[in-house]
Amino acid sequence: MVTRYKFSEKLFSLFNVVFLSFLALVCVYPLLYVVFASFSDPKLLMQHEGLLLSPRGFTLKGYALVLNNPNIRIGFLNTFFYVIAGTAISMILTCFGAYALSRKRVYFAKHILIFITITMFFSGGLIPFYLTVKGLGLNNTRWAIIIPSAISTWNMIVMRTSFMALPASLEESARIDGANDFTILFRIIIPLSKAIMAVMILFYSVGMWNSWFNASIFLNDRKAYPIQLILREILILNDKGDMLQVLHGVSAQSEDMYRQLVQYTTIVVATVPILFVYPFLQKYFVKGIIVGSLKG
Amino acid sequence: MKDVTRIQKRNIILSDIKRNKYIYIMVLAVVAWYCVFCYAPMYGVIIAFKDYSIGRGIWSSPWIGLRNFVLFFNDINFYRIVKNTLLINIYDIIWGFPAPIIMALLLNEVRKKHFKKAIQTLTYLPYFISMVVVCGIIVNFTSTNGIINQVLASFGFEKTNLLSKSEFFRTIYIGSGIWQNIGWGSIIYMAALTNINPELYESAVIDGAGKWKQLVHITLPGIASTIIVLLILRIGSIMNVGFEKIILLYNPLTYETADVISSYVYRRGLLNADYSYSTAIGLFNSVINFLFLVAANWLSKKFTESSLW
Repeated sequence: MVTRYKFSEKLFSLFNVVFLSFLALVCVYPLLYVVFASFSDPKLLMQHEGLLLSPRGFTLKGYALVLNNPNIRIGFLNTFFYVIAGTAISMILTCFGAYALSRKRVYFAKHILIFITITMFFSGGLIPFYLTVKGLGLNNTRWAIIIPSAISTWNMIVMRTSFMALPASLEESARIDGANDFTILFRIIIPLSKAIMAVMILFYSVGMWNSWFNASIFLNDRKAYPIQLILREILILNDKGDMLQVLHGVSAQSEDMYRQLVQYTTIVVATVPILFVYPFLQKYFVKGIIVGSLKG
Repeated sequence: MKDVTRIQKRNIILSDIKRNKYIYIMVLAVVAWYCVFCYAPMYGVIIAFKDYSIGRGIWSSPWIGLRNFVLFFNDINFYRIVKNTLLINIYDIIWGFPAPIIMALLLNEVRKKHFKKAIQTLTYLPYFISMVVVCGIIVNFTSTNGIINQVLASFGFEKTNLLSKSEFFRTIYIGSGIWQNIGWGSIIYMAALTNINPELYESAVIDGAGKWKQLVHITLPGIASTIIVLLILRIGSIMNVGFEKIILLYNPLTYETADVISSYVYRRGLLNADYSYSTAIGLFNSVINFLFLVAANWLSKKFTESSLW
C-alpha cells in the first residue's frame, strides 16, 4: 500500500516537472524563434519550414538596417525622454500624494482619499478623456504623453500604506528641528523607503516604455513619436514608407524577404532594453504585487 | 454662539494650513491633477446627452436627452459588438482565468527550489513585452508563411492568413493572452499558497490523506478567498475588453468576431469624431459593467464569506 502510494506520487512529480518545463518552453520559444530568425539569412529562412532550433545561416544585415533607420533612432530617443521625464513627474506627484495622505495632521485627508479612490472605479471613458486633454491644448505636445497618465492611483495607495508603516517619531524630531514637509519627505521618508521607490520607478518606467495608445491619439508630429508607434508601423501596419527607408539599396524582389528580417530584428531591438532590467523587474515587481495584494 | 465656534474653527484650520503650508501645496498639486484628468472627463460624460460640437463646447451644446442611446440600441452593429464583447470575456474567464491557478498549484508541488525559480523566471517574461511587440509577433506568426502555418501545414492543414479569418480571432486573442499572462497571474496565487499553514498538511499526511485529498480539502479552501475576490473583479469587468490589443489585431475582415464595444467607441469617437454618440456607448458600457460587479459581489457575499465590500 505504502509503496504504491509512493509510486503514484513519483509519477505525478515526473509528469509535473515535464509539464512545467514544457510550459516554460512555450512561454520563451516564440522569443527564441524571433532571435534565431533575426540572425538568419533571409533566403535560407524563406526555404526553411517548421520550428527553428538555431539561426539558418548568419547575417547581421537586419541589425544594420534597423539600427541605421533614422525613425527608429528618433523613436528610441523620444522614448528615453518620455520614460525619464514621465517617471520623474509620476514619482513626484505620487510621493506628494502618498506622503500628504499618510499624515494624520492634514485636514480632509480622509475625504481626499475617498475622492481619489472613486477614480479607480469610475472614469469618464475614452472620448471625454480625449476631449479634456485636447481642450487643455496638450495635443500634439510632448506633455500629452507625460501628464495625463502621470498618477496611478493604485501605486499611490500602495506607497501611502508603506509610508504609514514608518515610525512617526522620526518625523516629529525633524519637525522640532524646524524641518519643513519637503525636507521631511525628501530627506527622511524617501531614503527610508528605497524598496518601494524602486518598485514604483520600475512600474512607471516600464508602463511608459510600453505605452503607445496616448501617443497615437495625441501626437501628429512624427518627430515626437515614441518607439512603440514606430514599431506599430513596422510590425503591424507593415508600412511601406518606413520599410523603404530602411531598405534602400535592396532590390525590389527581395524586399518582401528583407521586410520579414527587419520585423524580426526590430522585435529583438525593442525588447532587449526590457531584458536588461528584467532581473530587477522580476524581483521588485513580485514584491510590489504581493505588497499590493496584501494591503489591497 | 454657533457663529463664534465656526469662526474659531475656521481660524484653527487657516492657521494650521499656514503652519503646514508645504504639505498643503503637495495636496493641492495632487488634487488638481485628479480634478483635471479624472473628474473633468467624468463631467464631460454629459455630452452623451447633448449634441456636442467642439465649436460650441460642452456647456452650450443643446440637450438631446436619450437620443444617442436610442440610436445605439438601433445601431446595426449593436448586437454584434455586445455579443463579441461578452463572448471574448466569457471565453477568457473559462480558459484564461483558471490557467494561472492551475500553474500555481502545479508549481507549488515542485520541491526543487532552483527548478521552481527557473520556471517562474521564464514564464514571467512575456508579461513585460509591450503590447505592440506582442501583437507584432502574433501578426508575424499567424501570417500565411508564418511559423504557425508551417507547423499546421505539416499536419496537412491549408496555409492561410489566420488573422484574416474571423473564426480564429477569439482563439488567437485568448491564447496569446494566456501566453502573456499565465506566469505573472500565478504570482498572487503563489503568495496565497505560501500563507497556508504547513501543519495542516502534516496532520493530513498522518491521517493518510493523499495528494488529491490534500488538494481538495486544504489547498483549494486555503486559496478560495483569493480566487473568489479575483473572480468577482474579473466578472466586474465582463463588459470591458482592452481595446489596445483589439485595434492592433483586428481588421475589417474579422470585425464579425473581433469588433467589441471599446473598439467601436474608438472607431466612432476618434476616427469618425462622433463624440456624443461614442460617449453614450461608453457610458452604457460602464453602467452595465458596474451592475455586473455589484451582482457578482452580492452573489459572492450570499454564498461565500468573501466579498469586495
